[in-house]
Amino acid sequence: MSVLMGYKVGMTQIYDGSGAVPVTVVEAGPCPVVRRVGDSEVVIGFGIKKSANKPMSGIFKKAKIKPVRFLKQIKTDLSVNIGDKITTEIFQEGEKVDVTAVSKGRGAAGVIKRHGFHGGPGGHGSMFHRAPGSIGNCEFPGRVVKGRKLPGHMGNQNVTVKNLKIVKVINESNILYIKGAIPGAPGALVTIKKHGKKNV
Amino acid sequence: MNKIDIYEKPFTGENQIPDFRVGDSIKVYLKIKEGNKERIQVYDGVVIRKRGHGLSSSFTVRKTSYGIGSEKIFPFFCPSIEKIEVSSRGKVRRARLYYLRERSGKSARIKKRTTIRSKKSTES
Repeated sequence: MSVLMGYKVGMTQIYDGSGAVPVTVVEAGPCPVVRRVGDSEVVIGFGIKKSANKPMSGIFKKAKIKPVRFLKQIKTDLSVNIGDKITTEIFQEGEKVDVTAVSKGRGAAGVIKRHGFHGGPGGHGSMFHRAPGSIGNCEFPGRVVKGRKLPGHMGNQNVTVKNLKIVKVINESNILYIKGAIPGAPGALVTIKKHGKKNV
Repeated sequence: MNKIDIYEKPFTGENQIPDFRVGDSIKVYLKIKEGNKERIQVYDGVVIRKRGHGLSSSFTVRKTSYGIGSEKIFPFFCPSIEKIEVSSRGKVRRARLYYLRERSGKSARIKKRTTIRSKKSTES
C-alpha cells in the first residue's frame, strides 16, 4: 500500500537535530478498503459520512465499515482484503512522498498574479500597469497563438507537489508532519502517495 | 483550542519556559557548539518583544554591552536554549519596547514591577 488520504490541518515548525523545519500537519487515514476492482485495484475510503444512499450503503455493509466521505481507486496487489484499514504506519520518517490536493481558488486573476508577468511602470505617464501587453503579431498569422498566457480563472485545480519528506509520523493519532507547503486550504482533502514507486 | 495547537503539543510539552513579560530582565543560557565541544553562553538583557504563539513564537532580548546595543531573537522552543532565568521584573506600558533603541543610560531604565502575579493565578 502506498496511498493514503487525509485532511490538511495547517503549517507549523518543528525542530530536528539541525534546526527548525517548516512542516505541514496532515491528519491522514485510517482509510478502510471498501471494495476490490479486479486483481490490481481497490477502492479506499476516508472521512465520516452521516448517511449513505442505498446503493452505497449496501457496499459499505458488505465491507463491514462505516460510511465514508471520500472514495479513491488505487492500484495494489492481492495482499489487502476488503475491510482492512490503511494507516500512517505505511510511511516511515524520512521517506519521500508526493502530495496531491485541490489548490485554493483565486477566481478571475490577471496575468501578473496568474503567470508572473512583470507589469509596467507605475508612474511617469506610462499608462501601462498590469495589462498583458501585446498578445500576437499582425495579419500573419492573424490569430492568437494557442497556449498564450492570458488572464483567467486561477487556482481550484488539482496540484501535485512531489518529493516531500516526511519529518515525523505519529501513528497513535494518525498524524503526518510533511516538510514544506502542500496545496489547498486547511481542512482540504489531500492524497499522499509514496514518491517514485509504482503503486503497490 | 486550535487544531494546530493540538498537534504542536508533542513538541511543546517538555520545554519549561519561565513566565516572563515584556520589560523583564532575563538571562538566556544558550548552548553553543564549537566543533565537538559544547559550551554555555549567557545572553543577559531586557525582553523587548514577544510574538507569535505555539511552536513558532519567539521573543527578542536587548542588551547593551560596552555602550553598543545588540538584540537577539530567540524562538521559545529552540532546543539550544538550556534555560531561562528571570533576573528582575519590569513595569512597562507597551507591548513592544522599541523606544529603548533610541535611548541609553538613565533614560533607558525600566521601572521595577513589585506586584508580581504568576500566570497561573491570573488565569484561574
